[in-house]
Amino acid sequence: MTKLHVTTSINGEEVDFLCEPQQTLLEVLRETLGRTGTKEGCATGDCGACSVLINDRLVCSCLVLAAEAQGQQVTTVEGIASEEGLHPIQQKFLEHAALQCGVCTPGLVIAAKALLDRDPDPDETTIRYWLAGNLCRCTGYDKIIRAVQDAAKTLAHPA
Amino acid sequence: MGAFAYVAPTRLDEALTVLSEHASQGRRAQVMAGGTDLLVQMRSVDREPRTIVDIKKLAETNRLDLASDPIFIGAAIPSAVLNENADFVALLPGLAEAADLIGSTQIQGRATLGGNLCNASPAGDTIPAMIAVGAVCVIAGRGGTRRLPVEDFVTGVGTKALRPDELLLGLEVPKPAPRSGDAYLRFIPRTEMDIAVAGCGVSVTLDDSGTCTAARVGIGAVAPRALLVPAAAEALIGSKLDDAALAAAGRACSEASSPITDKRGTADYRRKVVGVLCRRAGAIARDRARGN
Amino acid sequence: MAEAVDFKVIGTSPVRPDGVDKVTGRAQYGADLNLPGMIYGRVLRSPHAHARIKRIDTSRAEAIPGVYAVICGRDFPRGQSGEIGGEGGGDVADLAKNVMARDKVLYHGHAVAAVAARSPRIAEEALAAIEVEYEVLPPVLTLEQAMRPDAPLLDEHLYTKNLPEKPDKPSNIAAVMQLARGNVDEGFAQADVIVEGEYKIPMAHQGYIEPHACVANTNEAGQSTVWCCTQGHFEFRAMTAKVLEMNVADLKFIPSEIGGGFGGKTVIYLEPLAVLLSRKSRRPVKMTMSREEVFRATGPTSGTWIKIKVGAKKDGTMTAASAWMAYEAGAFPGAPMGPGAMSIFAPYNLPNFKVEAFDVLVNKPKVAAYRAPGAPQSMHAMECAVDELARKLGMDPIDLRLKNAADEGTQAPYGPKFPPIGLKACLEAAKRHPNYTRPKPPGAGRGVAVGFWFNVGMQSSAEVHINENGTVTVVEGNPDIGGSRASMCLMAAETLGVPYQNVRALIGDTESTGFSNVTGGSRTTFATGMAVVKACEDIIAQCKARAAATWGLDESQVEWQDGHAVPAPGVNADVKPLSLADIAANAARTGGPLLGRASLNAQGAGASFSVNFGDFAVDRDTGKVDVLSFTAIQDAGRAIHKAYVEGQMQGGAAQGLGWALNEEYIYDENGVMQNAGFLDYRIPVASDLPMIDTEIIEVPNPSHPYGVRGVGETPIVAPLAVASNAVRDALGIRINELPLSPPRILAAIEAAEAGAR
Repeated sequence: MTKLHVTTSINGEEVDFLCEPQQTLLEVLRETLGRTGTKEGCATGDCGACSVLINDRLVCSCLVLAAEAQGQQVTTVEGIASEEGLHPIQQKFLEHAALQCGVCTPGLVIAAKALLDRDPDPDETTIRYWLAGNLCRCTGYDKIIRAVQDAAKTLAHPA
Repeated sequence: MGAFAYVAPTRLDEALTVLSEHASQGRRAQVMAGGTDLLVQMRSVDREPRTIVDIKKLAETNRLDLASDPIFIGAAIPSAVLNENADFVALLPGLAEAADLIGSTQIQGRATLGGNLCNASPAGDTIPAMIAVGAVCVIAGRGGTRRLPVEDFVTGVGTKALRPDELLLGLEVPKPAPRSGDAYLRFIPRTEMDIAVAGCGVSVTLDDSGTCTAARVGIGAVAPRALLVPAAAEALIGSKLDDAALAAAGRACSEASSPITDKRGTADYRRKVVGVLCRRAGAIARDRARGN
Repeated sequence: MAEAVDFKVIGTSPVRPDGVDKVTGRAQYGADLNLPGMIYGRVLRSPHAHARIKRIDTSRAEAIPGVYAVICGRDFPRGQSGEIGGEGGGDVADLAKNVMARDKVLYHGHAVAAVAARSPRIAEEALAAIEVEYEVLPPVLTLEQAMRPDAPLLDEHLYTKNLPEKPDKPSNIAAVMQLARGNVDEGFAQADVIVEGEYKIPMAHQGYIEPHACVANTNEAGQSTVWCCTQGHFEFRAMTAKVLEMNVADLKFIPSEIGGGFGGKTVIYLEPLAVLLSRKSRRPVKMTMSREEVFRATGPTSGTWIKIKVGAKKDGTMTAASAWMAYEAGAFPGAPMGPGAMSIFAPYNLPNFKVEAFDVLVNKPKVAAYRAPGAPQSMHAMECAVDELARKLGMDPIDLRLKNAADEGTQAPYGPKFPPIGLKACLEAAKRHPNYTRPKPPGAGRGVAVGFWFNVGMQSSAEVHINENGTVTVVEGNPDIGGSRASMCLMAAETLGVPYQNVRALIGDTESTGFSNVTGGSRTTFATGMAVVKACEDIIAQCKARAAATWGLDESQVEWQDGHAVPAPGVNADVKPLSLADIAANAARTGGPLLGRASLNAQGAGASFSVNFGDFAVDRDTGKVDVLSFTAIQDAGRAIHKAYVEGQMQGGAAQGLGWALNEEYIYDENGVMQNAGFLDYRIPVASDLPMIDTEIIEVPNPSHPYGVRGVGETPIVAPLAVASNAVRDALGIRINELPLSPPRILAAIEAAEAGAR
């Protein structure tokens, strides 16, 4: 099996790896690169646990070939917090108890960031439809929606 | 057993060469745009090794030209990109809402109209909407480019009128005439994330008196492939698109359907609901046309 | 008892101690461990729902380069018999045959072989090279089919248990159960109004987002370490030891973070396979299930068929009720018909009742626990019947329930008299709730239902270590599935009188802390919390002793107040109170490090009742149901972490609504599940639900130091009947089968219209 050499950027850092042509970005992130913050819930694009940003576009990394990452900017959950601390979305998820088991949380944090980067003041319906691809089985979504609403407020009016 | 390979040509002739070489050597190549169906199939029903030809790096498949008539929509443009384009949404709101219904936000970041069509699923959401607006496939091959109406492109469940050495470059859509409107509705059990149980796209053009002068109706998920329903269009043309005309079009859709019973719905249910969707989508298309 | 006490931290909602790692991707879940030299295990699964295995040839798979081990049924010990207790318990031989088929496959997806190879792709290639010859048998797929006397048998040696005499021939009915009081015939004779109904609910899955995963590493001495996502690593160790006939001391289980379980991760599937593959390959082996495997081959909960009859006098007083209930067990015995039977009439003071329940084998995956196992199905039937009764009597559904509600002293149908319970308080809160007193939206239907779960205690251990600066480390043995570390820290902080931020909790592996039963049965905050409180009390006793020694007082002259040792009232001592930090700093001089311990078998888990109601709209042209609003009211005894109690109520409501509206196992005639993925097994997505309003009722449980009742299970119970009753209200049609899917509703509307014509 001929492996492909891929050079990409993950969370602002240049990374290169070898992969098989049919390997997904999710598999390479987790198994080759050890970045296990991105989760696998279904591997068929139905749950959103593996959400990442590619060039700031929200995608499921299980539906992206690793080879496609060549020359792209990939952002994973590990790249959301900064030197100053947690991103407001992460902070609000904690404050609102918007996670129970927490396995869907990385995908939700990424998806919520993609939303608020585009639409700083989404209404509840917009948030619910935007996040419809991120399944959560623990919370019933209530506290997740509230956390995203509160994060939007914080981002609009930083303390 | 062969091996998987991945190529991402940057020129159309390169891509076509890869396809024709594979075709002539009896090796399998498969074009990938967003990959949202392809990667799922590679994990489940179709694990056979092949060369994946990624067409996202081609200029032509990424071209969106809304100024020309016909409009051109490149086959590799993700539906999220289309829906962020306010001009596109204003011009073809029904097609835009169909594109907006393909899976989640994540899926829309990758999935394309071209891929939705080439996947040739009976339930592809954008296909009835494309049929309704009279979209035509622009197909590139070594011998040049040919055109085929969308309703003739899909030939059956998972099969299409595309040779192994050809690829779908994009879609041409006639620029909507004044006082035209289109709409697409589908039915799913949840609010998001499901495959259509039934779908219906309607486009109408009105004259100054509000009488429908042209109409096209496409239905999906109720037959082995999405269908153009001329009888439904006939029920609309010449009417004021009142409830009776919409109901007649709905009945025509139900009659044109030949659905199956499966995990997503019963045949009887699909037949009824496609008529409901036609009525409702027709009313939305009418209201849009009145506003244009 | 903690009543009328002002708590400092209990009842607040601080950030959980494990939170930052979970929002940044650092937390390690089941599939997140990668070890040097690790290889990948995969499972070959049966393509048939029912077949005899004639032959398995693994030689071609073994010859593939990169394949290190192949196993099948013959690699396992014969499987000793015996019982395993606890929520994921059952018969050992059945458990062993469920993790790897021996002579027969009993469901589509049943494991028949497994391989370990250098890469997942080589492992999959090897699976394809394993030859299995089957003799295909007719599958048994429904309760009606399975209970017929001439039905094909899943197990030729299965004789129905609990009958007065052993039956003369085997059947698919594994066991029957009866529960009765009074005389139902007389009770029905006294009734002015009688309602009857027959309800069917399909199998449904817990739908946790994290698929099962583990890594096993076995050394040359045969000792294995297993990292896995589990609701109970001690019980996983016990089950794996029994299935593999290993010494418990040779197995170490390390729980990862767990991405949901809801009862489904109380049972082993991959773990013994990974241990065997690791032993054979002498390498660490990682095994993960695909989502499809999770649906096909782990335990959903039972599909049910229930007939119910309830009678009442004109004033609403219930006189009798009876129920006949069949539960699908899946491939092996063990359906939750017992808890289903014991819960069905629990909310009501019924002088006469009778329940007959059946545990029935079908060619589907062996069921596992799912949140309040058995109760959602049985109580759905009863709560629909009560709704019909209210309609016939012209009574408000809450008033009818209040009239018959169980209260302190009522004899529970399952035996004991209830201690203080919160059912009436929940009903009264519902009655005055603004969401209930406001009118229904036009065209919408409103449904009301009661939920209940017994809750359990069982065994827990806890240790409390005081660090040299007075901060606190709590060590316990229950995987944190929804914020329990925060609850443990809150109870420890409250008991010790220190700030919450000074307390951290960790979950020990099977070698570093004492035995604890599973995180399940809503027992963790109750039972493990009780152990943590007792361990803190142990610390306090030691602190008092050390302060007494420091001060030259007798131990009885020292008290513990707000985190300090102080002289008892009336003790004349001119000393400065000693904080936990003071005592910790001086520990070396007063007897060494402070370590508190407790282990217990908790008794007196208080039952938790709930009342739920909601407004639902039905599209009469498509049959689609929309949840417009939903309100959950539940007795938590005492909410330790308020937001996580609300979260349990909201999450359970969402699961119950999903089951009511869309979720179901759909099979074809060959017993192949048609919707083994999140695309077509339709759990609620964010846009399907409204905000879920909650009201926590606190009727403290006298058996717990802070009054805790388990809260996790009850929330899933009531939503099923809330949905059924709301659709009934909106349409005027009672639909007897879940889910309330659009095709089913549209067909019911049309049948009603046809009947009216």
